[in-house]
Amino acid sequence: MSKKPIKVEAKDVNAYYGDFHAIKGINIAMEENTVTAFIGPSGCGKSTFLRIFNRMNDYIDGFKTEGEILLDGQNIYAKNVQVDELRKKVGMVFQKPNPFPKSIYENVVYGLKIQGVSNKAALTEAAERALKQAALWNEVKDNLNKSALALSGGQQQRLCIARALAISPSVLLMDEPASALDPISTAKIEELIHELKEQYTIVIVTHNMQQAARVSDTTAFFYMGELVEHAKTKTMFTNPKDSRTQDYITGRFG
Amino acid sequence: MTNSTRNRIKDKAFQFFGIFCMLIGLVFLGALLVDIITRGLGRIDWDFLTSLPSRRASRSGILTAWAGTLWILLLTSLIAFPLGISAGVYLEEYTKKSKLSSFLEINIANLAGVPSIIYGLLGLEVFVRQMQMGASLLAGALTLSLLVLPIVIVTTREALKAVPPSVRQGSFALGATKWQTTWRQVLPASFGGILTGVILALSRAVGEAAPLIVVGALAYVPFVPSSPNDEFTVLPIQIFNWTSRPQAEFLVNAAAAIIMLLFITFLLNGVAVYLRNKQQKKIKW
Amino acid sequence: MKASEKIIEFLLWLAAAITILITVGIIWVLLSGSLPFFQEVSIVEFLTAKQWTPLFAQKRFGIMPLVAGTFLTTAIAIAVALPIGLTIAIYLNEYAPSRLKRTIKPLLEILATIPTVVYGFFALTVVTPFLQSFIPGLAGFNALSPGIVMGIMIIPMISSLSEDAISSVPKSLREASYGMGSTRLQTAFRVMVPAASSGIIVSVILAISRAVGETMIVAIAAGQQPRLTLNPLVPVETITTYIVQVSLGDVPHGSLEYRTIFAAGIVLFIFTFALNNLSFWIKKKYQEKYD
Repeated sequence: MSKKPIKVEAKDVNAYYGDFHAIKGINIAMEENTVTAFIGPSGCGKSTFLRIFNRMNDYIDGFKTEGEILLDGQNIYAKNVQVDELRKKVGMVFQKPNPFPKSIYENVVYGLKIQGVSNKAALTEAAERALKQAALWNEVKDNLNKSALALSGGQQQRLCIARALAISPSVLLMDEPASALDPISTAKIEELIHELKEQYTIVIVTHNMQQAARVSDTTAFFYMGELVEHAKTKTMFTNPKDSRTQDYITGRFG
Repeated sequence: MTNSTRNRIKDKAFQFFGIFCMLIGLVFLGALLVDIITRGLGRIDWDFLTSLPSRRASRSGILTAWAGTLWILLLTSLIAFPLGISAGVYLEEYTKKSKLSSFLEINIANLAGVPSIIYGLLGLEVFVRQMQMGASLLAGALTLSLLVLPIVIVTTREALKAVPPSVRQGSFALGATKWQTTWRQVLPASFGGILTGVILALSRAVGEAAPLIVVGALAYVPFVPSSPNDEFTVLPIQIFNWTSRPQAEFLVNAAAAIIMLLFITFLLNGVAVYLRNKQQKKIKW
Repeated sequence: MKASEKIIEFLLWLAAAITILITVGIIWVLLSGSLPFFQEVSIVEFLTAKQWTPLFAQKRFGIMPLVAGTFLTTAIAIAVALPIGLTIAIYLNEYAPSRLKRTIKPLLEILATIPTVVYGFFALTVVTPFLQSFIPGLAGFNALSPGIVMGIMIIPMISSLSEDAISSVPKSLREASYGMGSTRLQTAFRVMVPAASSGIIVSVILAISRAVGETMIVAIAAGQQPRLTLNPLVPVETITTYIVQVSLGDVPHGSLEYRTIFAAGIVLFIFTFALNNLSFWIKKKYQEKYD
């Protein structure tokens, strides 16, 4: 595997909820067009850390971030960075499917509409492209005006992925995207992640170690707000360096 | 200008508009309080509190008005609370989900939305005329009791709902009857919440003028009522009466009486809020 | 033992049943008071005549002027309360830090606890003169000033009910919207408000119902002149004010004039009853279900 350029990099990142030190001095770099899995026991900070990459924690009272997050070499916490612009480049898919209570079509084009795109043809085309990328097009192409809430859980989650893809981000953050889904839907999402890797840099939080092993190129293990280990997934699961990683992946705690 | 710049400007603009809207409410509240205090505070003295009403503004007092208000508060409490709390207990502890209970619920919600002046018409016809109570304190208090009943019932139910089922099951398991459980366990556990609702109901009753005017409470009562059968006036009606006079001196009297009325209202509400906060802090089931 | 339990349950049941008796009582009083009225005055005249002068020598019994007065003051109140109340609800939910929210909410709630007679006093003696300073032709009694004051009184009703509705929309929808680069404003108006729309509509309907039934503010500051007009600058009379006006006078019991207050009352009751039940219906039917 040839060395790819670095897409996202965290440098000495600390984060606090009020007095609680949630993220402790983390350094990590993620290469372009790879899938990185964040694993670790509940409350280890992996979701909090993920949300730092699109500044999703900004609106939480008393949340403070220190250090640098570089996206294509630019610090996203710099003064002149606009959050809304950042989030167009860094898309996010959440733990539970969260479609808006609108039609399938309206969900997919939401991101474009808020950017001021009003050309009907452009919107329709973008919706089709995004739905195809999310492997949902064949299932919904005849019912685009149906309420998104009428879809199954797995379909809703793929719709949420399509919605995120429609605004053409370059990074996709996924926060346990399959944890609320049945095994078949989960398999579909995992397959999708494989395909999306061609075009996007993906970071996925998961508490399912098999899933991490199946979908990711590299895996990062978090424990109590610290990054314990970050390595090629294969290495990590066969030959972890740290004893805590060893304990976790063999199921001794967590 | 790019779209996102425009969006950000709109976003900021709305933020300022939001602050502006809150300020409208707060500035209005402040202006109202400051205006009334500056106009009325100087008028309040011992004579004002202990004098009978008079045709001369400078000799008028609010003795009969606040005496009437206290009578009404007392009688309304005696009537509305046992009734409202009992109904709340019945609905929350004794009924199962049924057609009847949901009908009762809708009915109570409806009663809560009936304008207070309609209760006045009810009181006028039923208590004053049919039951021949005349325009007495009792008729007024009965009318206000019906008016605040929905508030008492709803807050009682909410307080009861907050008591976890485990308390009831624990009591039943020891062989207690339904009423023993309710009386000895559930009611004491929800006492704070019920009290809060009861006080809020009183603060509603103390400010009402319209239904009592319809019932026939008088603006000019030259004596302090000494029994529930006496005619009466209350602070809000005295304020209304003075506000309707053309002479400016009476407006000063009205402002002074408003200070007393607001004092009672804020006191009651303050106690209710205090109790609620205390309750929320204390109980962690 | 068993018997006392039964008796207690019966007494509690009785207390609950009284609430139904109250409703029956209200309807009976309004009907029995107004049926004799409608035997003397035809419903057609009542609904269509353009004048309401039961207390004059030349008696006319058209309810329209009172309805117009009620409509006008209510419309002004809602025009004030809806934009301000909804903006506050959105601001508190999407923009305000939680500490500000905790301070502002109870402060605004004070507006709802002040007795309405106090608002009437303030409308008449402060707000009307203030408005007169820049609205020439504003009469001393008018619909505008009590309408505005009533609107401010109702703000906390709309803001807290709408705020409840908006904050019960799952946080995940807000995050999804932010996650795609929406501003707070876009999130509020494109996602949160539409998702909470049924709750917001309910709050507005209840506010309308409240304004329609409001008595003392308009009785003090709007005047007592029934007038079929939508001009906010002149004196008008609302249904509620008319009932107060008659109650303050010496109208003999059982006379036609006396019965007019029940006829007016039944119109008022129908309006508020319809509005309240509309709000219950919307609440039940359109309650958005999120898991």
